[in-house]
Amino acid sequence: MSDCAIDIPLDAVNPVEPYLRSERIPHIWCPGCGIGTTVNCFARALENSKANLQKVAIVSGIGCTGRVAGYADLDSFHTTHGRAIPFATGLKLANPELQVVVYSGDGDLFAIGGNHFIHAARRNMDLKVICVNNLTYAMTGGQTGPATPDHVVSTTSPYGVFEPAFNLVQLAEAAGAAYVARWTTFHVKQLSRSMEEIMKKKGFCFIEIISPCPTLYQRRNKMGDGLDTMKFYKEVSKIRHGAPTSECGLTKSGEIVVGKFVDRDRPGYFEMLTAQMNETLGDRYALPEVSCGEC
Amino acid sequence: MHADPRGVLTGVHFLDGDHACCEGTLAAGARFAAGYPITPSTEVVERFAWRIPTVGGIFIQMEDELAASIALQGAVWGGAKAFTVTSGPGFSLMMEHIGYAAITETPCVFVNVQRGGPSTGLPTLPAQADMMQAKWGSHGDYSLIALCPNSPQECFDLTITGFNLAEEFRVPVMMMMDECVGHMTEKVVIPEPDRIEITPRRFTKKSPAEFHLFEPREDLVPDMVKAGEGYRFHVTGLTHDERGYPSMTVETQDKLIRRLQDKLKPFTNGRALFEAENLEDAEVAVVSYGITSRVAQRAIDLARAQGVRAGKFRIISAWPFPEQHICELAKQVKAIVVPELNLGQMVREVERSAAGAAKVISVPHAGGTVHNPEVILKAILEAVR
Repeated sequence: MSDCAIDIPLDAVNPVEPYLRSERIPHIWCPGCGIGTTVNCFARALENSKANLQKVAIVSGIGCTGRVAGYADLDSFHTTHGRAIPFATGLKLANPELQVVVYSGDGDLFAIGGNHFIHAARRNMDLKVICVNNLTYAMTGGQTGPATPDHVVSTTSPYGVFEPAFNLVQLAEAAGAAYVARWTTFHVKQLSRSMEEIMKKKGFCFIEIISPCPTLYQRRNKMGDGLDTMKFYKEVSKIRHGAPTSECGLTKSGEIVVGKFVDRDRPGYFEMLTAQMNETLGDRYALPEVSCGEC
Repeated sequence: MHADPRGVLTGVHFLDGDHACCEGTLAAGARFAAGYPITPSTEVVERFAWRIPTVGGIFIQMEDELAASIALQGAVWGGAKAFTVTSGPGFSLMMEHIGYAAITETPCVFVNVQRGGPSTGLPTLPAQADMMQAKWGSHGDYSLIALCPNSPQECFDLTITGFNLAEEFRVPVMMMMDECVGHMTEKVVIPEPDRIEITPRRFTKKSPAEFHLFEPREDLVPDMVKAGEGYRFHVTGLTHDERGYPSMTVETQDKLIRRLQDKLKPFTNGRALFEAENLEDAEVAVVSYGITSRVAQRAIDLARAQGVRAGKFRIISAWPFPEQHICELAKQVKAIVVPELNLGQMVREVERSAAGAAKVISVPHAGGTVHNPEVILKAILEAVR
């Protein structure tokens, strides 16, 4: 036994276990990857928000983060590349009592799925969008993505990225999101709290999580391993709640502004639908009964 | 079970095929549609958007066809009967999600009001050139059902059939209309709700602990479930085992993909929908579908008037292809004439099924209008010469 051994009782249970499909562990993510950390935070947020797990559904697209749905012990949907948001839109509209969480990556949500993201935000669809931004396409081997910062080397930008990246939090705010926050995988407490907040917040909510991909992004860019990245996040992150999102763009090694940037109330999709139909149709409007017990 | 009266507009109507199709979706119990405007199909969802707020359901106009074709599947897993509507270019964009519906066994309906292609092609004019795309358009091996109405009345009737078949077999069903059928206006009779048979979704009766999402019953079709009921199930487009979990083995792939094919065998073994007429004494049969079957009817009548024993075999369920029926037909006649608004798509299936037992003559047309019946007549006359 080493000196730093911790006494763990034999009957100890990992507090996040009830939220995961333990029969599917080990997961596919690499050592040092941040996705598992975010899932841990998500499980704790479910625990703390006392969510009725029967009524929480999780929808993912394709990619490393796309695999989250498969590990969460919820009604879970691993959809097609980029289309988690429109799938979630249909699910929510058919069954409004569900709390629908979209959990996917930066490439999935903002390149191939970018159009769906802005339209769901515009509609203020009641979706909780969690984006693990590892700044690259990891599942396919480390290609440039829509959020990859300038000068980064990737397999499809071997001489360095020169296209400007999207500033995801600014995009979310501009498109109409009711809640916008950003954390890194170093900020586990704050991230958990943000996730808990969006479980209670109505409307389109967005959390960006800056997360390491040591296997592809950090290694190719000589940024060290997972632990080095945690140190880097600690060093360069500045918590600035309410910071103008236009000032929150990311660079390869510069400051990472984190915090809650937007928390506003806008009428949600159902509210707007109901108001418009009541105004136009009055008593003739029949409330949607989309999901059928026996149809 | 019978149709929910709230969606049934009982009566005698004068409707175009697109509107009749919409009434079919409502009578079938669809309470969710996701669409994106595209000629000549838009009238289906325009009517749905107009009707649904007083019936009790949702129409959402999505940002593109990719979104529409997956939003409807989210709705299905939320417990809805759902569909989308499109035409050529939009159908091309929906291909990925037809594959997703196939592998996830999501019961749903895609309406394709066919227009001339490829690409933007002829937005306002008819074609039947998406028939092979409907079957093969998404990557990989899978199976689905495609129906071809030839009148507004059938746009109503077959849409209900389509929803029922989607539930029975848990497959995406393609309503392969065309611009002519979609835009022609005719009498449409909508019966009383208790005269409309509806196939209810086969929800599992098992407890969450016993339930496996993709464990098939004897008919090779698994029971359905919906989100929010405590099953905590997993749906993925990856190859999956009976629990729904990804499994990248040759064995799992073989078992799953074969079952997706085999569950539709009843269709190739007697459940195919078709209309046969004047075949008893026929020496030549005209095999057609959709709008072309109505032009073919004229050609058959003209041939009969000249003493040529011509008969009609109208394909209603085009996929799975009614190969047994065509095989038997080929043994009975000297020749089969196949007019279609494409350069020869379903004729390949006819040739394959006829297996040399009868001469098969293609009467192709690039689309933009229907055949001149004289052209089909000429093919009939040449066939018996």
